[in-house]
Amino acid sequence: MNTKLSINNTVDWTTTEDMVNNVKIDEVGVLDRVSLLATRSIKRESKLNALQKIISMCDLTTLEGEDTEGKIIQMSSKAIAPDPNDESVPSAAAVCVYPALVSTAKKTVKDSSVKVASVSSYFPSGQAPIESKISDTKFAINEGADEIDIVINRKAFFEGDYKKVYEEIKSLKDVCGDIHLKTILEIGELKTYENIKKASVIALCAGSDFIKTSTGKISNGSSREACLVMARTVREFQSYGYGMRGIKVAGGIRSAKDAIRYLVIINEELGTSWLSPDYFRFGASSLLDDVLRQIKKLKTNAYQSSYYFPRG
Amino acid sequence: MNNWEYAESIESEKIVNIEKKYGHFIEGEFVSPNSKKYLDTISPSTEEVLSSISIGDEKDVDFAVNAAKEGVKQWSKTSPSERSKYLFKLARLIQERSREFAVLESLDGGKPIKESRDFDLPQVAQNFFYYAGWADKIDLAWGSGISKPYGVVGQIIPWNFPLLMLSWKVAPALATGNTVVLKPAETTPLTALLFAELCDEIGLPKGVFNLVTGDGTTGSHLVNHKDIKKIAFTGSTSVGKYIQKSLSGRDVGLTLELGGKAANIVYNDAALDEAVDGVVNGIFFNQGHVCCAGSRLLVQEDIHDVFIDKLEKRMQTLRVGNPLDKNTDIGAINSKDQLDKINELVNEGVNDGGELFQIECELPKNGFWFKPSLFTGVQANYKIATEEIFGPVLTTLTFRTPDEAVEIANNTEYGLSAGIWTEKGSKILWTADRLDAGVVWANTFNKFDPASPFGGYKESGFGREGGRHGLLSYLKASS
Repeated sequence: MNTKLSINNTVDWTTTEDMVNNVKIDEVGVLDRVSLLATRSIKRESKLNALQKIISMCDLTTLEGEDTEGKIIQMSSKAIAPDPNDESVPSAAAVCVYPALVSTAKKTVKDSSVKVASVSSYFPSGQAPIESKISDTKFAINEGADEIDIVINRKAFFEGDYKKVYEEIKSLKDVCGDIHLKTILEIGELKTYENIKKASVIALCAGSDFIKTSTGKISNGSSREACLVMARTVREFQSYGYGMRGIKVAGGIRSAKDAIRYLVIINEELGTSWLSPDYFRFGASSLLDDVLRQIKKLKTNAYQSSYYFPRG
Repeated sequence: MNNWEYAESIESEKIVNIEKKYGHFIEGEFVSPNSKKYLDTISPSTEEVLSSISIGDEKDVDFAVNAAKEGVKQWSKTSPSERSKYLFKLARLIQERSREFAVLESLDGGKPIKESRDFDLPQVAQNFFYYAGWADKIDLAWGSGISKPYGVVGQIIPWNFPLLMLSWKVAPALATGNTVVLKPAETTPLTALLFAELCDEIGLPKGVFNLVTGDGTTGSHLVNHKDIKKIAFTGSTSVGKYIQKSLSGRDVGLTLELGGKAANIVYNDAALDEAVDGVVNGIFFNQGHVCCAGSRLLVQEDIHDVFIDKLEKRMQTLRVGNPLDKNTDIGAINSKDQLDKINELVNEGVNDGGELFQIECELPKNGFWFKPSLFTGVQANYKIATEEIFGPVLTTLTFRTPDEAVEIANNTEYGLSAGIWTEKGSKILWTADRLDAGVVWANTFNKFDPASPFGGYKESGFGREGGRHGLLSYLKASS
């Protein structure tokens, strides 16, 4: 237990408010750094290593109204063995589903290493009273969720009620206890880097284990710039003695190349201790297939058609 | 498991074709030197000999100046729109062959391929495009009163940005109707020689661009030649002063772009993470071989410890090594001489009482290398606080108030550039107003644009390069 933190790894509101009011960020600098890091050339064994890491960090996701038990079983078994023909390919970190499908996912992943993450708190809009969000979360946990992905209250955020944003996350963390809490900022709605940094601070102080870019439900999902801002906030948080927290990037990350660029940001801004599924995740549905294709390409020197890989 | 090393990703050298030996480029062709003397140009990252270049003696320079003098006759009769076409051709050809130029620049000079590829070459092409656009609009720039070219212009360029400095000088000189004798630095002549090949390829009229390679003596022959009408020099302040003395009493135009010891002022209300990146870029870009490098960090006293901690951690992520590796951030020091000079000044800094931090990294066995370094606990009277080191060495000074920051920033014989880091717009304007520097960057550093004039105050030189003002450096006032 970190002595600087209160129960559930939270930072008190007065300190949090102080940090939020002191947020400083420069857009030009953020853009410069991200474009420089995008020129890193990752080849051969370091590329293979990266691709395998990306799979092990993947939260394989489906969050659709049309999701059924059949779909969840299929995706979950893919998460366990993404490429049954290649034993060096690791399992995904987790599957990410709606609360109503947690039990199905849980039954499929059984005692494999794959975790079941559930979105909750009236994902994706979060427009519901806190009581509803709590019961939504409790339900997912009772169904067996190992991890909970919530959204921040953007209504309160834009109305300037940061304390409400903080309190809601904190009460949901109370419900979660030891269960991993990932807090979605929805950076595409927050728009400015200053807002993204403020929301990151609030979410971390309120006890989130991870901060996450997007629900994947809006067109401006994740961005590498937001990832950099969040990484720097996480770094600062650690420098205050509040411990290590994780980052999940989700929303529109479809190519292995893009994913590697995210990994470079984490590697160079936070260091190798963050290069593990305990501290960095990708939320994605189609990314996995491109990563599998790239691994095959590295090993066989030929691109293979998608029908060589099992459907998720 | 968490470990992740980047594998080497080497840009292929195969694209460049380096001759064993080069002559001068005079009157549209490569000619053997009258001196019959050559010197080796080596790769500073391996010490491998790349080629032998001619050392121009008095006669060689005389041939070149005479060729340029002949060249003026035709070039001054060439219509401005025709001159413009030649410059556009050069710009396009440079773009087409930019990878070749970039590899050559990194081989010969030691700078990371990332920089020669993403900074130097795009800037070079842009400069030619920019001045190609001005060639037929000179009257619009400064009115028809100022429109006469000097004639034969001698240009002496440094080794830190060889081709970029060539473009800063050659493009405006040709656009305004002058002809050129260029003397590249002795350690980095190869891209200028390739540029000469391009001039031949596009059929630039003979004598318009002439190139004499060599060392300092070659340069001094050029400066002292009787038919030179203008000298444009970029390099050290000491050589600049020598040139100015040599030209006194003669009707020869002069522009000088010399040294610097720029202050990078970080206020306590700056976005610190981004300021750290900016400070790192300010001093470690091109191994600190940058005249406008932010080599003096002025940090507000109350954030000193936090800032230095962040800075040291960020510095530790810099990747030092093979300039041709696409992931290299810091390449080789340009020459043995420069490395010796850096070592000497850094040792002096330590002896004076400065606290030296150097990153932990392995340096290649051959070649010239220096670890990215940071001095703290530096006093204003230490040599490292005043003298230009021209290497990857940052010195830190502290201040208490904006007034004091400005006072320290201006407390130097130089005045080329400065940086300001704060989130308050009003403070940026207040500070910039009071800094004696040719370029002041705010919340960024080392940003260049061909449309923006560049040049110094005080002993950093005079005259401007780039932009509309850059044309004036090659035009004589007349009415």
